[in-house]
Amino acid sequence: MSAIDEVTARPTAWTEARVVEVDRPTADTVRLRLEPDERQRHRPGQHHLVRLRAPDGYTAQRSYSLASDPDDPLLELLVEKLPDGEVSEFLAEVLEVGDVLEVRGPLGRWFAWDTTTPALCLVGGTGVVPAVSMQRAALRLGRTDLLRVVAVGRAPGHLPYAEELAAAGASIAWTRANVDGRRAGAPTAEEVTPLLAGVDVAFVCGSARFASYAETLLQECGLPPDAIRVERFGPTG
Amino acid sequence: MRSHPSPRQVGPVTGRVTRGFTGKRRGQQGDRLPPGQYDVGDGWPTLTAEATPTVRTEQFELGVDGLVERPSTWSWDELLALPRSTYAGDIHCVTTWSKFDMTWRGVSVDVLLEQAGPRPEAAYALVHSSSGYTTNLPLADLRGGRAWVAWEADGQPLSREHGGPARLLVPHLYFWKSAKWVSRIELLDHDQQGFWERNGYHDRGDPWVEQRYQGD
Repeated sequence: MSAIDEVTARPTAWTEARVVEVDRPTADTVRLRLEPDERQRHRPGQHHLVRLRAPDGYTAQRSYSLASDPDDPLLELLVEKLPDGEVSEFLAEVLEVGDVLEVRGPLGRWFAWDTTTPALCLVGGTGVVPAVSMQRAALRLGRTDLLRVVAVGRAPGHLPYAEELAAAGASIAWTRANVDGRRAGAPTAEEVTPLLAGVDVAFVCGSARFASYAETLLQECGLPPDAIRVERFGPTG
Repeated sequence: MRSHPSPRQVGPVTGRVTRGFTGKRRGQQGDRLPPGQYDVGDGWPTLTAEATPTVRTEQFELGVDGLVERPSTWSWDELLALPRSTYAGDIHCVTTWSKFDMTWRGVSVDVLLEQAGPRPEAAYALVHSSSGYTTNLPLADLRGGRAWVAWEADGQPLSREHGGPARLLVPHLYFWKSAKWVSRIELLDHDQQGFWERNGYHDRGDPWVEQRYQGD
């Protein structure tokens, strides 16, 4: 994955983006599609900042992974509504089609897939979003052979993008539901090891608890630590 | 050694107001919050780009080298035998959370530098971690009682996830400069970019002027 480091860092600037679609894939998430004034091409896995501005100039900003394929002219974000979340609550409950947000990106060239290195995504909950972008890119390029996706959710209906990911060949592990003969539970070494054949890089994205589990599992499956790239979110104790 | 709040800053005066947004977290902590940050409260998010390494204290070694008179290393026991000091104050992560009123214990980087003796041309530091992580910062930001190698946070040994057994602590800069699992401080006469800096983040990272990304 040296290709990423060879890309010159392009400074990014704030731009405005108009909300063109809002929907709710699950009870606690909202999916936004935004049309930015300037769309800098991203690598699958990168994120954008969203900044909200109050009338007195007070601002709050958060970063969200892009679900968009790099060729998609729109920015697609998935926002999980957090309890008392200053930004996520606004995006989930107040924002409407036609509103304008300030955005900046793409950012984060480490957690990004170059679309040529054989890769595995082990992602959980709203951590599926960067894997969606990677999988959309792989489909467009006709190189789904380069990308394996294992997505982990609580139960059907609770994992955004589950149908899209599964339709393109992802394995879905449900932790609280027995589905199609698979017992409820986190993915196991027996399930993941065969998927790692020929894989040079693994992308782990999810909550801090999920990421710890996933890192340990991948190392148990024989992947060296320096082949694992991690994006984790959410508070820990 | 409390952090020094700067005058209250809000976002740039230009920029479109977001319809319907008034903000919820403002005002509670007033001037202590750098622009664009929020108070994370009792939580302490973990942000790491790599798999979390296990560093055993028996194998721990910290070095100060590069442009110094006396390249020096300390084992775990030697590090703990140095004069200790405390930082009581706030930390700020570039992902926009700030955590108030932490208490850290460790050794001031001044103590390490005194033993190693920086040469006059030393102006920058590249800090290395045992994970392979690196970060760069001006040497001046490591001096003057503003930087530590710390092994205790809020009365507890620093956990592995948060960089234990010991991490760099530079609380006046964004927290990615506070390298977890610190193993080596290399002094240079030029600024050499570290891991996040090569990947688009700022070379200095002052939260009070929002030096988040290259170009800020």
